[in-house]
Amino acid sequence: MIVRALLLVAAAAAAGCSGNQNVFNPAGPAARDIASLGWQLFIVCGAVYLLTLLALAWALARRRVPSDDTVETTASLTRTVTIATVLSIVILIGITISSVVHGRGLTSPSGPGAITLDAIGHQWWWEFQYRDLTPSDFVTSPNELHIPVGVPIQIKAMSRDVIHSFWVPNLHGKRDLIPGQVTNFWIQADTPGVYRGQCAEFCGHQHANMAFTVVAEPMDKFQQWIRAQRQPAAEPVNAEQARGQEVFLQGPCVMCHTIRGTSAGSRVGPELTHVGSRLTIAAGTLPNTRGHLGGWVLDSQSVKPGNRMPPNALTSDDLQAVLSYLRSLR
Amino acid sequence: MTDAELLERTWYVPRGVLGWLSVADHRTIGKRYLVTAFAFFLFAGVLAGLMRIQLAVPNNRFLGPDLYNQIFTVHGTMMMFLFAVPVMEAMGIYLVPLMVGARNIAFPRLNTYSYFVFLCGGVMLVATMLLNTAPDVGWFSYVPLAGPDYTPGKRADFWAQLITFTEVAALAVAVELVATIFKLRAPGMTLNRIPLFVWSILVMSFMVIFAMPAVVTGSSFLLMDRLVGTHFYNPAEGGDPLLFQHLFWFFGHPEVYIIFIPALGMVSSIITTFTQRPIFGYTALVLALIATGFIGFGLWVHHMFATGLPQLGLHYFTAASIVIAIPSGVQIFCWIASLWRGRPRFETPLLFVIGFIIIFVLGGLSGVTLASVPFDLQVHDTYYVVAHFHYVLIGGAVFPLIGGVYYWFPKITGRMMDNTVGIVNFVVLFVGFNVTFFPMHQAGLMGMPRRVYTYPADMGWNTVNLISSLGALLLVIGGAMLIYNMVTSYLWGAVAGDNPWNADTLEWGTTSPPPVYNFLYPPVVEGRHALWERTAAAPVVTGGRLDCRECLVTDVMDGEPSNKTEFPGPTIWPFVAAIFTSIMFIGSIFTAWAVPIGTVPIAIALILWFWPHAPGHDIGAPEEESTPVVEARAS
Repeated sequence: MIVRALLLVAAAAAAGCSGNQNVFNPAGPAARDIASLGWQLFIVCGAVYLLTLLALAWALARRRVPSDDTVETTASLTRTVTIATVLSIVILIGITISSVVHGRGLTSPSGPGAITLDAIGHQWWWEFQYRDLTPSDFVTSPNELHIPVGVPIQIKAMSRDVIHSFWVPNLHGKRDLIPGQVTNFWIQADTPGVYRGQCAEFCGHQHANMAFTVVAEPMDKFQQWIRAQRQPAAEPVNAEQARGQEVFLQGPCVMCHTIRGTSAGSRVGPELTHVGSRLTIAAGTLPNTRGHLGGWVLDSQSVKPGNRMPPNALTSDDLQAVLSYLRSLR
Repeated sequence: MTDAELLERTWYVPRGVLGWLSVADHRTIGKRYLVTAFAFFLFAGVLAGLMRIQLAVPNNRFLGPDLYNQIFTVHGTMMMFLFAVPVMEAMGIYLVPLMVGARNIAFPRLNTYSYFVFLCGGVMLVATMLLNTAPDVGWFSYVPLAGPDYTPGKRADFWAQLITFTEVAALAVAVELVATIFKLRAPGMTLNRIPLFVWSILVMSFMVIFAMPAVVTGSSFLLMDRLVGTHFYNPAEGGDPLLFQHLFWFFGHPEVYIIFIPALGMVSSIITTFTQRPIFGYTALVLALIATGFIGFGLWVHHMFATGLPQLGLHYFTAASIVIAIPSGVQIFCWIASLWRGRPRFETPLLFVIGFIIIFVLGGLSGVTLASVPFDLQVHDTYYVVAHFHYVLIGGAVFPLIGGVYYWFPKITGRMMDNTVGIVNFVVLFVGFNVTFFPMHQAGLMGMPRRVYTYPADMGWNTVNLISSLGALLLVIGGAMLIYNMVTSYLWGAVAGDNPWNADTLEWGTTSPPPVYNFLYPPVVEGRHALWERTAAAPVVTGGRLDCRECLVTDVMDGEPSNKTEFPGPTIWPFVAAIFTSIMFIGSIFTAWAVPIGTVPIAIALILWFWPHAPGHDIGAPEEESTPVVEARAS
């Protein structure tokens, strides 16, 4: 009960300010199911805990009487211990059954209409690929997963390097991304919103800053988003942006990044075709503002020490041009 | 020459530097193991303190990711491999021969060897930490992160060889303890009279023997992948990263019971003594220990629920993980019944046991929630799990261990620890522990993953982390109080006498500290509570040779004398073999040639170690054969 009370406080506090990465703030059927199982477990275990502590307190505080050493007392204690054991076994069987029943629903989607996408883990960022019948309509969205609400999303997950774990607590439990394997699972959001996910398997230096954003939106807005993402990158519209593109394409940036519609086509780092449209940069580490982007381009190592992007010693004018260009890629 | 003087000469502890390195008696090695393991405990505790400073506030720059990852890796590795397992084995090394009435542990030279191997491995890990080249891939070192492609350099190799060091040492001790418990018990100590602590050490030793080879295999494959280009874990060449996880957790889950089961034995000892009554449900407690030992091998996959294994298999492991709560529950109920029936004396050791019950039951129940696959998928690898296993490992093992330190300190040193300081010490540690680790449950449910060196400010995790860090301060104070109490009591504590607590087990039937030969005449056991049921004219074993290290060997089931054996005396060769073994292990981090070349000096040292000699050669000409007899003698 103490546990439960404290958890209620915690859940309430979390829901108030920052419930977008919270086990007990479910926004989809799987997470809701697990949360209700969680409450069940806490209530049952809390009650067992309380009873055990009461028994302990009684055992310690009771007045001692001479009959304590008799055979009858031992026999009645044996009965009590046996009853307690049998009760625990019954409770444990109940927990097992409840757990299996809740688990069954989690492995298959709740209904038809699933869309399929690939989730690929990299040290230390996420890549989401929306496949289509036409290869030219493939959409790659780094660190930002857009999904329509109300339909199951089938995810084929894999890793390019080490083991990562895909986890959006508000939608579902976690699933490991294991190199050499394709893992299939599904998620579903019922409430539109922005949820935060984070890598949950230790994956090296920047495991702490390997987050992503899930944007759950109505189907029409999702369709609108995916149509926009299918477009190649916006052309520069002024001289500064044009200069920025030139700096980008002639500098080391093209060694790792893709901007569709230009000659930059490397797939080592996150694709930047629509980088200006994203909510965060550096895998959920910083809000996508001009200032943060500038700091990241110049010296990403001070933000995420050990990440794979080298520092770029750009002149002030070149930096501003690159920033203007990147932010125009919406 | 009296019998005592003769025994003193026969069982001498050699002096000088060479003597220090040659010593082959269980009390000296046991004490060294204890002190060394506690030193590693302090080192790893300091690392934990650094982590709590780093996590006290969001976006902290106190430690960078490189150092933080090393620190949490070394913290976990050291606590598990260099503190928890060795300290429990150390308690066994020191106490088991005394509790079963033997003169020494079986294979005493192997014991010496294991200590030096353990010491060298530990020093290696400390050195890598101090040189800023410590392993940084977690105490579990999952591949491919720990493989050759993603952790170049030698850091993961140090981890892999640390495993080899500690497992060689742990396996050696486990074998010694099993042999001691099975074959060196006092006459009359039938299986159903073995003290519960000895039972717990027996179960632990068997678990070590069956669990440790899996992790040595896993870490050796890792070393070979890294050093000689094998592909055990490389999916591109038909290897499998999950193989490592299975090998690691097939060891890793029994590991927590290896740590926890001896603590249960300590709890039973302390409760018996501090209620002055036989423990309630001896048979149930023994069966629970053995059941835990078996079931403990059937749950490893609950560490791998998120890896996408088939559902049906996962549910089997849910059921197995939940089943293990039953023997734990039985033990808790029996202890509560013992406390209910007995006359509790609220001194420091019993307080730590009460603290143990309060903390451990909570940890056990959060363990039940983790056994549920769906719920585990949410809280796996979050701070909820960090809270859970600190509840079961600190609450379940370290609290009874500290209780055990307060309890057995008089036997080991001959002086009592201060009870008043002890009570305050308990309160500080109990409060500090809960303040530090309870909020971590919340942090986990609020989405905070484990093993993160920092976190953003807007996640709602700031308060819980700050509370945890403040609690850690209390734990530091509690640790300092414990050390203060140990040091001052060792120097100026009240003299203890043979049996200050009026305890029932045999170790209290000799002087404090015990003489080099443990018992003037090996005792004969007449009941489950050897000292409480000892009659006035207690029989003892006499007639054996006192001029060589002769010991009585008894039968496994009934403790009937079956024959006798001569124990080897001190020699330098186990130490030499340990040094060559360490050179070979460390060398094989850098070159595979260390293995074929390095085994040659080890083989030479082993040959000299086992060089046969005439019985009793230490003392001069052998006397006539004599047969030990059990005879009544007032002791």
